[in-house]
Amino acid sequence: MQLQHVNFKLLVKSPEEVSLEPLIPVFHSWIQGQVLEELLLDIADYQHVPAGPGVVLIGHQANYSVDDTDDRLGVRYNRKAEVDGGNQNALRQAMRASLIACQRLQAEPSLEGKLQFNGQEIEFFINDRLLAPNRDSTREALHSDFKAFFTKLFRGSEYALAYPCASEARKLFGVSVKSSRTFTPADLLANLDG
Amino acid sequence: MKASNSLWQKELAGKTPEALAREIDIYETEIELRKQSKVEERLFAETRLRRGVYGQRYDNGQRHDGKKVQEMAYPSGALTKGPHTMWDAPGMQRIKIPAGGLNADQLETLAELAEEYSDGIAHVTTRQDFQLHYVHIEDTPTIMRRLAAANITTREACGNSVRNVTACPYAGVCPDEMFDVTPYARALSKFLLGHPDCQNFGRKFKPSFSGCGQHACGLASMHDLGLIAKERTENGERKIGFEIYVGGGLGAVPYQAKLFDSFIPPEELLPLAQAIARVFARLGEKKNRSRARIKFLIQDLGIEKFRELVLEERKNLPPDPRWTEYIESATAAFKEAPLKPAGKPPLLGSAEFQRWLKTNIRPQKQAGYAVVTIALPLGDITANQLRALADIARQFTKETMRTTVEQNIVLRWISQDDLAAVWQALRAARLAEPSAETILDVVTCPGTDTCKLGISSSRGLAAELRKRLAEKNSQLDEAVQNLHIKISGCFNSCGQHHVADLGFYGVSRKMAGYAVPHFQVVLGGEWNNNAGSYGMPVMAVPSKHIPEVVTRLVDRYSTGRKDGEAFKDFIKRMGKAELKNLLEDLARPPADPADRTIFTDWGDPREYSLEDLGVGECAGEVISAIDFDLADAEREVFEAQVALENGQADRAGKLAYQGMVRAARGLVKLEYPNIAQDSNQIIGEFRRRFYDTQKFFDPFAGGKFAHYLFTAQEKSQQPHTADSARYLIDEAHLFVEAAHSCYQRMGKPVAV
Repeated sequence: MQLQHVNFKLLVKSPEEVSLEPLIPVFHSWIQGQVLEELLLDIADYQHVPAGPGVVLIGHQANYSVDDTDDRLGVRYNRKAEVDGGNQNALRQAMRASLIACQRLQAEPSLEGKLQFNGQEIEFFINDRLLAPNRDSTREALHSDFKAFFTKLFRGSEYALAYPCASEARKLFGVSVKSSRTFTPADLLANLDG
Repeated sequence: MKASNSLWQKELAGKTPEALAREIDIYETEIELRKQSKVEERLFAETRLRRGVYGQRYDNGQRHDGKKVQEMAYPSGALTKGPHTMWDAPGMQRIKIPAGGLNADQLETLAELAEEYSDGIAHVTTRQDFQLHYVHIEDTPTIMRRLAAANITTREACGNSVRNVTACPYAGVCPDEMFDVTPYARALSKFLLGHPDCQNFGRKFKPSFSGCGQHACGLASMHDLGLIAKERTENGERKIGFEIYVGGGLGAVPYQAKLFDSFIPPEELLPLAQAIARVFARLGEKKNRSRARIKFLIQDLGIEKFRELVLEERKNLPPDPRWTEYIESATAAFKEAPLKPAGKPPLLGSAEFQRWLKTNIRPQKQAGYAVVTIALPLGDITANQLRALADIARQFTKETMRTTVEQNIVLRWISQDDLAAVWQALRAARLAEPSAETILDVVTCPGTDTCKLGISSSRGLAAELRKRLAEKNSQLDEAVQNLHIKISGCFNSCGQHHVADLGFYGVSRKMAGYAVPHFQVVLGGEWNNNAGSYGMPVMAVPSKHIPEVVTRLVDRYSTGRKDGEAFKDFIKRMGKAELKNLLEDLARPPADPADRTIFTDWGDPREYSLEDLGVGECAGEVISAIDFDLADAEREVFEAQVALENGQADRAGKLAYQGMVRAARGLVKLEYPNIAQDSNQIIGEFRRRFYDTQKFFDPFAGGKFAHYLFTAQEKSQQPHTADSARYLIDEAHLFVEAAHSCYQRMGKPVAV
């Protein structure tokens, strides 16, 4: 099964302390500097929508957001353009982009250190229902890819995979990953590249 | 952009009405042709607009980032999807929902599309449509296919066409209606969709239906064609019909519609609409886009002359059985019914529940049932919420839902016994905001968020006003709580600010040498009586001072109104001078020169600039019918080539012939608009009007290319070989080229 349109969401520690308003000037500054790999275009502000997409940085190849869908606040990467090089590469590309964005946000002075990855929980979605229907067959087809990827990502640590959307066929195929210990984005980037 | 795009056609085979599937296939071919620069960009722009595929802000490939104008380095380079619109730039897909009617499957489809192709949000518009933003053009055929499988079309959602037919969302359940206008709205929508007489407008055309005259209802007065349900007694028998209004519209200068007829029977609804369309297509302005709406035509002619022309046109219309068939089938097919038995209003409940009951519920005329309004903040709803709403609709109703022009969704036929359970279910989905149709329920167009024409941030202001008003809502007296605020990002009135109690539209002013976002304050518009009257412009105030404008106005109204005095009457009584007095200090720059807040707009930290204003697509491109016909002919010849390459010789030959006939028909229509679709008749008329007269003759090749058509006609029943198909394709190319040349030699075409 081909993996495309990979989404990762790195869940945030202490979401109740995070205000989304300061993200708007931050994302504007990212567009000014075109600081990420993708062509950055615009910002969509959905703070007024509860449990919604939050604040979205629209890019050509991908969107970045601090997303509150399902009341789980996290830094989300939504890959829109296709990625070559197979499933592991698609996973690696999206995870690297998510981690880099998260690092930037964590270090952003105007956010006062309040937006921090909780170190353990990552959500994964495939934003394409036809390529990856939310069914057991998708889980079975991708299991070995997930195992290979997350084993490398959490090098040496145990982790648990859960499928929270399994009971809701209408939702996107998704996986919740929780490692047994905490990592920083820098740790995970090093593991990805190692 | 999506990897699965090529797979959806097969996935949905057999699940979409054939005609709709074919249309989308054609559109997809046009995309391919545009990518190969085989379709002219203006023609492609109007083609996609007529399928609801719109541009967005910054799609000229430039964006002011707060410091400088950035050129967006899109992978597709200089390829465009229209004048000033880069191919890869994110766009908007508008989705028509006739009369706002939706079912649960459709909500679920919208949820999927919002997630997979947009930013996770579906947006309800002020014309009962949905919009998805930040969509890539190459994903739009798939979006259309998936919508078609849910019985939704995007056709003619934008462009110089008949736009969505809106109707009162309470049609069929309102105690004050004359009769249910829903089937008539559906019949008109079906009849005018793709109608040949509606393909040559100079501008958009907006119809609406109202069940009554006294409420806001369908807002007939501000529509190009407004129908209000009426009844009268004829020979002791009750007859239903419509009061018909024409030439209303908001825009920069709002016009009230004029009465065309005080009563037309239902069987005249469709033919009269067709006759009006013909007159508009024939006589409406096409060059000066700012005067191309039908309201200007009626103003220039006068309503009497306009009526005369329409009735003359009506007399000459060839009879069409659909005039009555569509009405009969719509009225027979449309039967809304409850899922649950009638109930009693709840007596108890929490303060929060009681608040929600007060603002979000209205009793239906059918005893024991109520309409529940789901107030959507700024018209936005998430994918999860759409799915939750689908579940609620299935659980409590027979999926009887409508969108509203106040950017909300209503659930009809809720048993009063179920109100508490519905509230709990909505609350769980965060859809139970107790603010429907109150001052908190601010209506706004997309504005500078995504619209190329936006001058000031209507959504930013709306979000700020909602926040501030929510904080003091409980302290506001009831008369204030019931006021309507509507905001447009510019003078084009997409936020319908003219009919608000407190209306605002974006303008720009210079202060201290800098451009400053402002809003023009427009007060005392009348929402009721079908948009009975328009507000009074008072003055322009910096965007950042508008919340204080609202505070002062509602406070003054609260303390200064006479007993029971409506806001519009209060404003009239106060007068412009007094209002200006009240607000004029807010129009001045801040006293402290270090205070730079007014130089940015709500929700946008960039120093305000007009550099991002673009060329709007609301006016579409004026493309003659023959331009479309010749483009379609070229597309068919292209498809013939593809078929030949795929080894389908006979199909290739037939398509090539079809292309030639279509090009011939395009020319014939210039002189004989009512030519039928029959190929023999078309070729006969072509021979008489263009060959025998030598109009079609090429200066060097004479009538040679016409002979290709005549020979193809003689052999049209014979099956094709690969060779014969190849030759015919070559000849078809030359014939279509000759048709183009003939058209150009003729100069300006006769109006069709």
